[in-house]
Amino acid sequence: MGTTLLVPLEGFRPPGAESFDLPNIGGIPHFDRPMLMALLSLVVIIGFWALISRRMRLVPNKGQFVGEFTYNFVRDGIARDQIGHDFKKYVPWLVGLFSFLLVNNIWEVFPFFVFPTVSHIGWAYGLAIMSWVIYNVVGVRKHGFFGYFRRSVLPSGVPVAMWPIVIPIEFLSNIILRPITLSLRLFGNMFAGHLLILIFVTGGEYLLLESESLLNNAVGVLSLIFSMAIFGLELFVAAFQAYIFTLLSAQYVGASLADEH
Amino acid sequence: MTPLELTGSVSSLGYGLAAIGPGIGVGIIFAAVIQGTARQPEARGAMMGTAWIGFALTEALAMIGLAMAFVFNVS
Repeated sequence: MGTTLLVPLEGFRPPGAESFDLPNIGGIPHFDRPMLMALLSLVVIIGFWALISRRMRLVPNKGQFVGEFTYNFVRDGIARDQIGHDFKKYVPWLVGLFSFLLVNNIWEVFPFFVFPTVSHIGWAYGLAIMSWVIYNVVGVRKHGFFGYFRRSVLPSGVPVAMWPIVIPIEFLSNIILRPITLSLRLFGNMFAGHLLILIFVTGGEYLLLESESLLNNAVGVLSLIFSMAIFGLELFVAAFQAYIFTLLSAQYVGASLADEH
Repeated sequence: MTPLELTGSVSSLGYGLAAIGPGIGVGIIFAAVIQGTARQPEARGAMMGTAWIGFALTEALAMIGLAMAFVFNVS
């Protein structure tokens, strides 16, 4: 009895990084499931915003309310709070970024796909590079190249003796590590979430259907039921990561636009 | 005969160790938010905004640890 409890899972291959290697659809190079989902999300998002903004009424119906709520959330809760005075220029970019990430993260728990686009890290790198270019270009245009560079590597009021320590740290943190953490945070959350779902579902399936022990079968049922709660958690994480990515992008733009006090 | 044999990479143990620090950090952040809300309930919205940013920055450490656990996953 003891040995069957200790070594119950011989032959079970736990999901790992290789579970994310998907075949190309129809043999077309580079056209795999994340690509299909991203293209589909573009259709969904553009269709949604076009439909919402075409027939605007003074008294909104349900669809218009959802659209206005999302737009207000990004404009007031993210752009105005983080960027401040000149926030209106950046609202279209932030709304687009937020809706792209929201739809693509929700593919993680959506039937037929059940796979987050940004768990292939190239997508996260691309989005982070876009934010990096935007906040640097905006800062250079506002303060000039050397002015922006001095502001971003040297906070005001630092004594001269501390400069050799502060300047490398600030350079590393503001110019190099920001896009890396931005992309790794998004990628890591989506990757870990998908892995968690895979472990609960494939492990539960194995315990229920392929294990001999009755105890294991019962635990497998429990695991499959609990995977529903994990889906709920991942729905929250998906929405939250879309919010955080947009919020941090807006904050970086706001920081490179800020005047010294 | 060993009673329970473990095989594979130790990088998952390393990730467990790496997650301790961010775990404590996230706990401190939300403990501060709860305290602040108890003292001044109307300031909750402003505090939550800052707390989410702090949470995301702290959580990035755990996410880097997760990525490293897969990068160094040599058994």
